[in-house]
Amino acid sequence: MSEYRLEMRGVTKTFPGVRALDQAELKLRPGTVHALMGENGAGKSTLMKCMFGIYKMDAGEIYLDGEKIVISDPLHALKRGIAMVHQELQPIPERSVAENIFLGRYPMRRILGIPFVDHKTMNERTTKLLHEVQLQIDPKEHLGNLSVSQMQSVEIAKAISADCKVLILDEPTSSLTSHETEALFRIIASLKEKGVSIVYISHKMDEILRISDEVTIMRDGKYIGTWDAKELTIDMIITKMVGRNLENLYPPHKNKPGDVVLEVEDFSSIQPHSFQNVSFKLRQGEILGVGGLVGAQRTELVEALFGMRAHKSGGIRLNGARLNINRPEDAIGKKIALLTEDRRKTGIFGVLSIADNIAVASLRKYIKWGFWLDRKKIDGLVSENMGKLSIKAPSGKTLIQTLSGGNQQKVIFSRWLANDPDVLILDEPTRGIDVGAKYEIYTIISNLAEQGKSIIMISSEMGELIGMSDRIMVMCAGRVTGILSRDEATQESIMTLATQFSQEG
Amino acid sequence: MDRAEKRITGKSAVKFLENNAITVLMMVSAIIVGLFRPNFFSQANFTNLAVNTAVRFIIALGVSGCLITKGTDLSAGRVVGLAACVAATLLQNPAYNDRFFPNLPSLNVFVVLIIVMLVCAVIGAVNGSVIAFFKVPPFIATLGMQTLVYGLCLVYTGAQPIGGLKSEYTAIANGKLFGIPVLFLIAFFSAIFMWILYNKTKHGKYMYAIGGNEHAAEVSGINTKKMKIRIYALAAVLYGLAGYLLAAKSGGASVNMGMGYELEAIAACTIGGVSTNGGVGRVSGILVGVLVFELLKILLQFVGVESSYTYVVQGIVIIVAVALDLRKYHIKK
Repeated sequence: MSEYRLEMRGVTKTFPGVRALDQAELKLRPGTVHALMGENGAGKSTLMKCMFGIYKMDAGEIYLDGEKIVISDPLHALKRGIAMVHQELQPIPERSVAENIFLGRYPMRRILGIPFVDHKTMNERTTKLLHEVQLQIDPKEHLGNLSVSQMQSVEIAKAISADCKVLILDEPTSSLTSHETEALFRIIASLKEKGVSIVYISHKMDEILRISDEVTIMRDGKYIGTWDAKELTIDMIITKMVGRNLENLYPPHKNKPGDVVLEVEDFSSIQPHSFQNVSFKLRQGEILGVGGLVGAQRTELVEALFGMRAHKSGGIRLNGARLNINRPEDAIGKKIALLTEDRRKTGIFGVLSIADNIAVASLRKYIKWGFWLDRKKIDGLVSENMGKLSIKAPSGKTLIQTLSGGNQQKVIFSRWLANDPDVLILDEPTRGIDVGAKYEIYTIISNLAEQGKSIIMISSEMGELIGMSDRIMVMCAGRVTGILSRDEATQESIMTLATQFSQEG
Repeated sequence: MDRAEKRITGKSAVKFLENNAITVLMMVSAIIVGLFRPNFFSQANFTNLAVNTAVRFIIALGVSGCLITKGTDLSAGRVVGLAACVAATLLQNPAYNDRFFPNLPSLNVFVVLIIVMLVCAVIGAVNGSVIAFFKVPPFIATLGMQTLVYGLCLVYTGAQPIGGLKSEYTAIANGKLFGIPVLFLIAFFSAIFMWILYNKTKHGKYMYAIGGNEHAAEVSGINTKKMKIRIYALAAVLYGLAGYLLAAKSGGASVNMGMGYELEAIAACTIGGVSTNGGVGRVSGILVGVLVFELLKILLQFVGVESSYTYVVQGIVIIVAVALDLRKYHIKK
C-alpha cells in the first residue's frame, strides 16, 4: 500500500500554441483535503481534467493506491473512484434530481424479461444520498428548480454515489453565499472522515487555510511545491503563486497620460450579483489595468460598457459628452473597441479568412458606388496590418483558424484598429498565448498608448498588470475595491484588494 | 482552400476526389450513359436540363443565405406555390372563360412580378423577424410558416387549379432570346446578382460573418437581427421569382405546386458545399449542387429506372453528400 491515495507525476499537456502543463505533479494522501492553488491559467483545472480523463495527457503518469493506471475518459475515472464537480456544472435541468444523479447508470428492473428503469429504487437511493449531503429535497424535483448551491450538493451526491475515493472540487464556492459555503464545508468534513481524498481548487485564501490539510501551488503549468497548510500564511501563498522575475518582460513605458477621456460614474448592472456602483476615469494615452479574481465581474463590466450587456444605472461620458450605449454598434460608433475575453467564442470567425476577419467591423468605410466593396482598399488595410502587427501567415486569404493564438489575437487587434478607436478595452489580451507572442502583444498595447489611445486592460496575471498598467483598478465581487497608482501596485496590494470581501467575511 | 494547392500531385488528386466525390461520380455516370444512349448528349436534352435547373437553382440561391447563417427555410416550397398561384390568377388571358377575377383588367407581366415578389418579401420578413426577435429556431419558425402559407394559398385559390394564362406570360418561361431559353437567362442573371451580393457587398460579408460566429458578429457591431430579416426576405423574393416562372412554364398553377421543393433546394446546397455548420457556401457550388441533382434525375430516367426508385436514389445521394461534407469538417478538427 502506497503512502498516497493518488499520485500524478510529470504531467505535460500542450494545446495548439500553449504549454498548459509542464511536468506538473500532485500527491494526495487518503482522507485529506488538498488545496490546489495558482493564478488563473496556472494549469489547475487542466491538471484536474487530465486526472478526470476529460483531457488526454501528452506525457505523465497517474498512480492510484500505488498502482499505475491510465484514464481514458470520465466514465473510466468514475469507475476507478475519481469524481469531479465541475467549475461550470453540467446537469440536465429538465430532468429530476434522481435521474441526474443516476444518469447513465440507472438501476434497472426486469418485468417479463424486459428491462425497465427502476424508479422506486432510484428515488430511495437518491433520498439516502441527499441526506448524506444534508439536502432536504424531493428526489423527483426538477433539477432546474434548485439553487446553484443545491445543484452543487446534488453533484457531490452524485460523486458519493459512485463510491469515490478521490473527489475534485473546482471552485465550488465561487457562486455560494457564506451560509451555503458552511454547509459545503460540513459535507467535506464528513467525506474526509470516510477516507475520501478531496482536491480543492479555490482562490479564496481564508477558505483554503481553514479547511485544507496540504497545499500544492502551481505556476505557469509547473509544479512549485507542496506544503502543510499549517505552515502557510496568505502572504506566503501569494508570493509563491505569483513570485517570478518580472524584469524585461514588458516594454518600457513611453506613454504620457493626458486629459480625462472616459468617465464612468456609478455604473451598475441589472443583475444584483454583478458589478455595482463602479466609477472610474480613463485618461488619454493611459493604460488602466483591471485586476481581480474569477467572479470579480470585470468582464461583465466592460461588456456592459461596450453594450453587450444591459446596465441598470449610471453613466458614461466620453470627452465630456454623455453616451447612450445599448448595443456594440453604438460603442463602435463612438470609437470604442472591445477585444473580448473568449477569442474562440466571441472573437474570431474561424471559417473565414484573415482578410475577412480584419475588415468585418469597418466594412462601411470601404463601400463605393453605394454597395460595392472596394477590394483594393481592403487588401491594402489587410496587408498594412499584417505587416505592422507582424501577423505570421502565408497570405490574407489564409483561414484564421489555422493560426496560433497569438496571431489570431493580432488579427483581432487589426480588426479594431481599422476603426481607429479612441478607447480600446482589452479583456485578457494575452490569454492562451505563448510567452514569446505575449511580448509582441505587450508592445502593440504599449505603442497604442504612446500614440494617445486610451486603454482599459483586464488581466488575471499579476505580472502583466503591474508591468503594463499606469494605474490598476482592482475589483472584488462586482465592486471596485481600490485604484492603485504605479508606485502602490504590488502583487500583495492587488491580492489584498482582490480578496477584500472574502478575507473579511 | 483547394485553390492554394495548384500543383497536381497524387495526394492532391485524391483529396480533390474526396472533396468532390458526388460531382465526380455524377460526371462519370453521365459520360457512361452518354456512350450507351447517344441521344443523352443532345441539344434538346441539355436545353431540358438547363430549363429544369433554372427554377430550382433560383430557389436554392434563396435558401442558401438561410443555410449560410446556420438557419434553414422550410417554407420555401409553399411560398413558391403561393407565388405561382398569385401570379397565375393575375395573369389569365382576358378571353379565358373561367377567370379567377372575371373583371380584372389585363395586367403587365412585370407589374405582376413585382407584386408577387412583394407579397413573398413580406412572408420572408415575417420569417426573419420571428427568428431574430423571438429567437424561434429557424427550423420551427419556417415549418410553421410552411403550413401557414399553404393554408393562405388554399384560402386564396379555393383549392381550384388556375389555367388559361396569357401568352406574354407563358412566353417568359418557354421563349428564347437570341436562341437562349429565357428561363436560363433569368437564372443566369439571378446567379450574377447573388454572386455580387455574396462576394462584393457588406451584406454578403456580414452574412458569412453571422454564419461563422454570430456572437463575434454582434461584438463586431453587426446588426444581426436586421441582417436575418433581410436574408429571409431576400430568400422569399427569390422563391417568388421561382414560383412566377414555374406557373408560366407549366401554363397554370395549383396549390400543390412547389411542394417539397425546399428539401431539394437544401439538399442541392449541401451537395454544393454549403456547410451545415454555417459560414461557408458559394454561388458556384450551389449551381453544381442543383445540376448534380437534376442530372441525377435525367440519368435515372435515361437508364430506365422506374420513377418510384428515383426517390430512393435521390435520398441516398442526399445522405451520402451531407455525410461527406461533415466528414471533411471533422477531419479538420
